[in-house]
Amino acid sequence: MLAFIVRRALQALGVLFAVGLIAFAMFRFAGDPVNQMVGADTPPEERLAIREQLGLNDPVVLQFARYLAGALRFDFGISYQFRQPVAQLLSERMPATLELALCATLLALVFGILMGVYSALRRDSALAKLFQAISLIGVSLPTFLIGILLIYLFAVTLGWLPSNGRGETVRLGWWTTGLLTWSGLKALIMPSITLGLFQMTLIMRLVRAEMLEVLRTDYIRFARARGLRTRAIHFGHALKNTLVPVITIAGLQLGSVIAFAIITETVFQWPGMGLLFVQAVQNVDIPIMAAYLLLVGLIFVVINLVVDILYTVVDPRLRVTLRRPA
Amino acid sequence: MSARKLALAVALSAATMLTAISAEARTLRWARSGDALTLDPHAQNEGPTHALNHHIYEPLVMRDRAGKLVPGLATSWKILESDKNVWEFKLRQDVKFHNGNPFNADDVVFSLQRAMAPTSDMKGLLTSVESVSKVDDYTVHVKTKGPNPLLVNNLTNTFIMDKEWSESNNVQKPQDFKNKEENFAVRNANGTGPFILVSREPDVKTVMKRNDNYWGKSAEVPLEISELIYTPIKSDATRVAALLSGEVDFVQDVPVQDIERLKSTQNLRVTTGPENRTIFFGMDVGSKDLKTDNVEGKNPFADKKVRQAMNMAINRAAIQRVVMRGQSVPTGVIMPPFVNGWTPELDKAPAPDVNKAKALLAEAGYPNGFQVTLHCPNDRYVNDEGICQAVVGMLGQIGIKANLVSQSKTLHFPLVQKNPPETEFFLIGWGVPTFDSEYIFSFLYHTRDAKYGSWNALRLSDPELDKKIESLSSETDTAKRNATIAEIWKKVQDETYYLPIHHQMLAYAMKANVDIPVDPENQPKLKYVSFKGM
Repeated sequence: MLAFIVRRALQALGVLFAVGLIAFAMFRFAGDPVNQMVGADTPPEERLAIREQLGLNDPVVLQFARYLAGALRFDFGISYQFRQPVAQLLSERMPATLELALCATLLALVFGILMGVYSALRRDSALAKLFQAISLIGVSLPTFLIGILLIYLFAVTLGWLPSNGRGETVRLGWWTTGLLTWSGLKALIMPSITLGLFQMTLIMRLVRAEMLEVLRTDYIRFARARGLRTRAIHFGHALKNTLVPVITIAGLQLGSVIAFAIITETVFQWPGMGLLFVQAVQNVDIPIMAAYLLLVGLIFVVINLVVDILYTVVDPRLRVTLRRPA
Repeated sequence: MSARKLALAVALSAATMLTAISAEARTLRWARSGDALTLDPHAQNEGPTHALNHHIYEPLVMRDRAGKLVPGLATSWKILESDKNVWEFKLRQDVKFHNGNPFNADDVVFSLQRAMAPTSDMKGLLTSVESVSKVDDYTVHVKTKGPNPLLVNNLTNTFIMDKEWSESNNVQKPQDFKNKEENFAVRNANGTGPFILVSREPDVKTVMKRNDNYWGKSAEVPLEISELIYTPIKSDATRVAALLSGEVDFVQDVPVQDIERLKSTQNLRVTTGPENRTIFFGMDVGSKDLKTDNVEGKNPFADKKVRQAMNMAINRAAIQRVVMRGQSVPTGVIMPPFVNGWTPELDKAPAPDVNKAKALLAEAGYPNGFQVTLHCPNDRYVNDEGICQAVVGMLGQIGIKANLVSQSKTLHFPLVQKNPPETEFFLIGWGVPTFDSEYIFSFLYHTRDAKYGSWNALRLSDPELDKKIESLSSETDTAKRNATIAEIWKKVQDETYYLPIHHQMLAYAMKANVDIPVDPENQPKLKYVSFKGM
């Protein structure tokens, strides 16, 4: 098991290295950061001096090596635009993104499973058909449009929910949370729905398909034959066996939820890392872009690792193969 | 029905009375697309940063809502008769910083020196300054490297900090890239301005409260806002939605397509006005041959007739109507109307005349036109890409086929700035922070060298013109100086070096109980706001 984790950790480092290298190779095409940093009346030699000072005239490989050397010491540089340490900028915005991503995933899991189970058990009911229709919307409508529609309905027309921001937050050490205040919770609703809708429909369809599959298996028939109550069969036996792939998918999707929060955060002015990243791209703020991409890479790698480990916990057969690697 | 109306009237008047009573506690929630990058007043020479800082800090000389220079922390300023290289500033007495420290000449000397520090982004405006010295507690002398009649115009965004506060918080210099620690002044502020910083969460919200001891309170500056909450909202649709839902009271950066809708919404007001920014095309007039054209061995843009033909081919009224939805002021000169040197005659846009343009082009030897590449930004100015597309069509009518390359500002501007420029036909916009023609001449018309012409991508080089432009910076006789300005404009307008399109307009939207006019520099000054009864 330990060897497995060590091997995966080494692979993870390789992935991060590749992410960083590709990112740096692409920054050259993002344009000139200096133009965004100084006023229009800045003389050319001063612009050159800033380029020199930031090391932008060096070859990409050298820039990347210098960045890596800093990153190994947890020094991610100073943002060109904000003139503040990038590590601080990102850590300030991380709680907002993580809270949003977790709420969206939780929402997707709870409603996705409930709706999936219902539409598998009552396949022909009107409600199940409605769920199918909703899931079609969730899959086909782009995130920003869903966000704007929600804002129009619940903020502008009905005035129930705030159209933007995070509401009042409470500071717990370095973490800020909106979960402890009424306005914070209200502000969380629309962004969570927007971000989680796609995952929810995915989970709902998955649960429905898996459930239909499981309900046809012999052990369910046998359970029925034993005269167990329907409730016990459906939730005790069928759902439990449905959930294994659902957890896998939900876990892996958490990474993309964090990464795709960019659009939701922009629509709702959610003060998370995604919003910061969008601004960084527009202003060619290389230190922020690089750190964000590495961080998202790291999150993906860690989630994959955890899911792989969970596999072995859930499925004993995998443990055996791990002990005797082929 | 009438009974209901009566009840409504009663309720309304009761509400009015209530608001009249609580008039003292008035909050204004202000939103625009981007946040100030920092509160450090000298770290960034950037619009939204100055716009926010103007509410907390103050410069020696300010601009009022019409763009006119008015006294700030200095009550008067003049060039000394005895030494033309020295500006004397008399300072306002009995002004206190937000922490209670008195304001005096030491703070001014300290702040101007801080603004000239290598890590300051404001130093470009103060390059002519040789030294700053205190004469007495309320008099400061600024010595320049030669007579500089425009120094005060450069000081309107140079804010004054408290020397003691800056020293005790170790912020004597603006943040640099080598220092890993965040500068205290990035998030904290101690100015003399009309509002006091209460809290700041970058990109989330900045809360300010009224400075009850503000020196400048008057009939014109009623200072009725007791709490000012500033929220950046990046997405256009969300920002407008926040105004419609009543979550904010005042919105900048209103998208042109939403103006009509907001105007027709009850209880909302939209104000529009020209910004200090003109949009225009430039082309390579200096090269022997163009790289992107299909004419061998000749540069069509070098011919004045070709430039005049192009100027005539552009239908500015159509661009205003279709591309800008009415939100622009067509012009014939690359100078916003607030600038010293502007006249209605210069501003008059040439009438479009396709036939005459074709005839001119034929006269120049291009009866069938030619091909060339046009570079355009797509995320810098209002509908910039749309303007370029329209102009491509209009030039097509006289046979000039422009191949449009439109890209992000981060890729577009380096083409213009590189030496030699990597574009032969391009769109840019230009604002004039000094409100004087010299700024336009020295950046856009003077030969490109170490000091001048950094935005002159025309490869234009006219030594005679350069000499006239250079004479402006040291001419202290206003009448003589203005005559030279008029002379230069006549010359460059006659040559049609640039193709002016329009002055960009700004739109602000707000609750109907306030009336905030568009500020030429897009820095709304909220101390002027007074609430009307609702």
